Amino acid sequence: MSSTAVPVTRGFRRLDSGQLLLISVAGLVAVAGVAHTAVAGLVQPEVAIGFGALIAAGELARLTMPGNREVAPIGAAAALGYTLLLDVGVTPAGHPALQVVAVLTVGMAAGTLPHLAVGRPPQLDAMSRRLVTGSLLAFAYRPLAGSLHAATEGSGEAEGSWTPALVVMVLLTLATLLVDVVLAAVLRAEQVRAAFGVAVHDELRMAAPLGVAVAASGVLLALASHSMDMAALLVFAAPLLVTQVAFRKYAGIRATYLQTVRALSQATEVAGYVEPGHSRRVSRLSVAAGRELGMAEPELLELEYAALMHDIGQLSLRDPIPGGATVHVGGEQARRIAELGAEVIRQTGVLERVAEIVRRQCDPCAEMPPLASRIIKVANAYDDLVGGSTDRDRAGAAMERLRLGSGGEYDPAVVDAVALVVGRLGHR
Amino acid sequence: MAALRGLPWPAKVYLVAVIGAAFGLLGRSVASGGFASLDWPTLLVLALLFLVCESMPTLLSVRQTAVSVSFSAALAAVVLVGPEGAALVGMTAVLSVHPGLPPLKRLFNGSQFAICGYVAGWVYLELLDGGSGVPGVSGPDFAEVIVPFAGAAAVFVPLNFVLIALVLVTTGQADQVPLRGLAQFLVSYLGYATFGLLIAGLWATVSSISAVLVLVPLFVARWAFGQYLAQQRSYDATIAALCQAVETKDYYTRGHCTRVSLASGMIAEEIGMGPERLRAIRYAGMLHDVGKLGVPTKVLQKEGPLTEEEFAAIQLHPMRGLEIVRGIDFLDEAFAGIMHHHERVDGRGYPMGLAGDEIPEFARIIAVADAFDAMTSDRSYRNARSVEVATAELRKGAGTQFDPAMVGAFARALERDGWEPTRRTAPPPEGAAETTKDHDDPTAPIQVVSER
Repeated sequence: MSSTAVPVTRGFRRLDSGQLLLISVAGLVAVAGVAHTAVAGLVQPEVAIGFGALIAAGELARLTMPGNREVAPIGAAAALGYTLLLDVGVTPAGHPALQVVAVLTVGMAAGTLPHLAVGRPPQLDAMSRRLVTGSLLAFAYRPLAGSLHAATEGSGEAEGSWTPALVVMVLLTLATLLVDVVLAAVLRAEQVRAAFGVAVHDELRMAAPLGVAVAASGVLLALASHSMDMAALLVFAAPLLVTQVAFRKYAGIRATYLQTVRALSQATEVAGYVEPGHSRRVSRLSVAAGRELGMAEPELLELEYAALMHDIGQLSLRDPIPGGATVHVGGEQARRIAELGAEVIRQTGVLERVAEIVRRQCDPCAEMPPLASRIIKVANAYDDLVGGSTDRDRAGAAMERLRLGSGGEYDPAVVDAVALVVGRLGHR
Repeated sequence: MAALRGLPWPAKVYLVAVIGAAFGLLGRSVASGGFASLDWPTLLVLALLFLVCESMPTLLSVRQTAVSVSFSAALAAVVLVGPEGAALVGMTAVLSVHPGLPPLKRLFNGSQFAICGYVAGWVYLELLDGGSGVPGVSGPDFAEVIVPFAGAAAVFVPLNFVLIALVLVTTGQADQVPLRGLAQFLVSYLGYATFGLLIAGLWATVSSISAVLVLVPLFVARWAFGQYLAQQRSYDATIAALCQAVETKDYYTRGHCTRVSLASGMIAEEIGMGPERLRAIRYAGMLHDVGKLGVPTKVLQKEGPLTEEEFAAIQLHPMRGLEIVRGIDFLDEAFAGIMHHHERVDGRGYPMGLAGDEIPEFARIIAVADAFDAMTSDRSYRNARSVEVATAELRKGAGTQFDPAMVGAFARALERDGWEPTRRTAPPPEGAAETTKDHDDPTAPIQVVSER
């Protein structure tokens, strides 16, 4: 038992305060929901079980989007559908918000168990976020459900209309989506130390397409249960399944892409042109500095590719530069390597901007190369001076040298950002 | 009808017959008063929906079969507005936005959709309850329409397929009939049928909004598939360019990785590998030699026989390659292929000396493709050999160096598809690094001198 306890505590230490807060809130809500439902009993148990099963299936089929974002679109849509449910067939749905929370909790737990069994622990913060936003919507919407259902039936002479219900559903769902994005951005900003505004933008861009698909499917499910009964659950899963497959493939190829560039950028190291680990260190430092300077995710990805491949031009040289440190060779030589590298990358026909970043990585700051090039220039120089060493004094001396050279050669703002990042990485 | 002139006569007869039949059906409906009881607003919305979907052919299908979301709208029309309405909705395909589509094709497209819609609608009514009135879906009797709906879909799909396939047959494009992708084609149709049922089922509740709700996830899915395909293409281009840069210290081996990838893919397809493994072996073929980078250039460029030590350095390259690519999320088979692509079936290869079936399938395929490309490319010590000579060499080595099954498969694929990758004719540039031996070339084995 003690052997399993160690990684758990280590796992918790890695969590930021925001994540801890979210997880505790989710835990409290879950306990309240389950306890209340246990005491009060399930309203319409067969409906709860049906939706719970779909939530569990969705949780089982969760996927990881680029940027290590865990999502469970089918589970989220099922949760949304159960929350928004007004009636099943001709029976009005009378489940309270706390029952929604309980079904969500149990469904998510059930869907997570198989993952745990094969040793894939869930991202606790992502799960908590799903639970908290789901519960928020439930608390906002369930109290209105009765009157909205009455409106669809119509009273006496007046004919019932689904319009008010539909409008409330759509508005509340959109509001929940926004809350979810903001929550995700807060967590992300703290986790990777991005600026909050940039993080909101990134999350919005990431979540918008999938969020809209989930929202539409959730509303669809709630409405379909009216005319199709529980058959809706089966029929409805189809469109979202297609969406999920598409996103899974997309996320897969994105991950493979990055892995491949990482792997092949080691080629310069294997061939003895540069020190082992140089490309990886430069890319890590560059991305951290770029984030510090407020770059958004698509730009950061380009920066990462460019930083990984910044030395690839050396492969076209007949003989390796001694030690591979481009900071020590003449400007002309370094510039030629940059040109050759850019030429290689341009051959791909798709990474135009990355090629441009690599091409201009040696330009002095005065010539206004792209920000990414300026970052790579500083990160590369720093790593050439310090290497894999973690010696504080050596790092300090290197930063000093970059600062002195920063008159026209290095961008002072970038040097400051790198110094900040280096200081932070040193503390860890 | 200028477009008719270029067509063979069976095609002309067929096109005219289909278009005539469609207008006949519409005319009959007018005559029998079938249009009188139509729900025109619903029909208009459905027609609009159909038109929007039809104008955006889906990316979900691999081949250019015109599978599009419009099928959902057409089937929803079958349920909601009956055979006459469905025929009218199908006919609107004439107006779809396909710049440059000749009028005749438009007319045919609209007609075949109209016929399919009418027939499916008729089947639906027959199955429902002997054909009485225009149905709709409302409330709890939803379960009753599932079987008739399935019947309508089961008639619509094959009819649509046959009508289109016959065009290809009569115009002499029979080889383009997508029989290979038929299974996937049917699965995606099944999916679209489901969406059609959803639209119809929700119509009673929120009418036209149901269509929007059903289609939003679909369009998002299509968008994601588009992103995926773009990313995939970008990835393929990047991996090819990087491999080129990484493995090419030597002018003569330019493009080797791409061609080995191509040839490995041909063999794998010939022996009937599934799409996922096919993709994996293409990548493995692409990356099989990246480890050569770890071999010192002076060894690769050395004249005359190698010492045992130098040969050992060459023998290490598959392992080095594996080290480089290990961090990539490929199928394990791809790694095995890279690691063992220099094994020989008689057990005298490297790095492990595996023999026969011990050698992973991927490695046996790459070995054949690798040797073939080495032989059919120019080398500094000889010119490229012809495909015939190279194939004969492969056959000679079958059973000792190569797996006979793979050699046979490759020969068949070559015979059918030919081999014409880009071949450069320009002489090597001044000062380009040259290799005087090629470790892949079975006709020029590396000479090793013993130091003992």
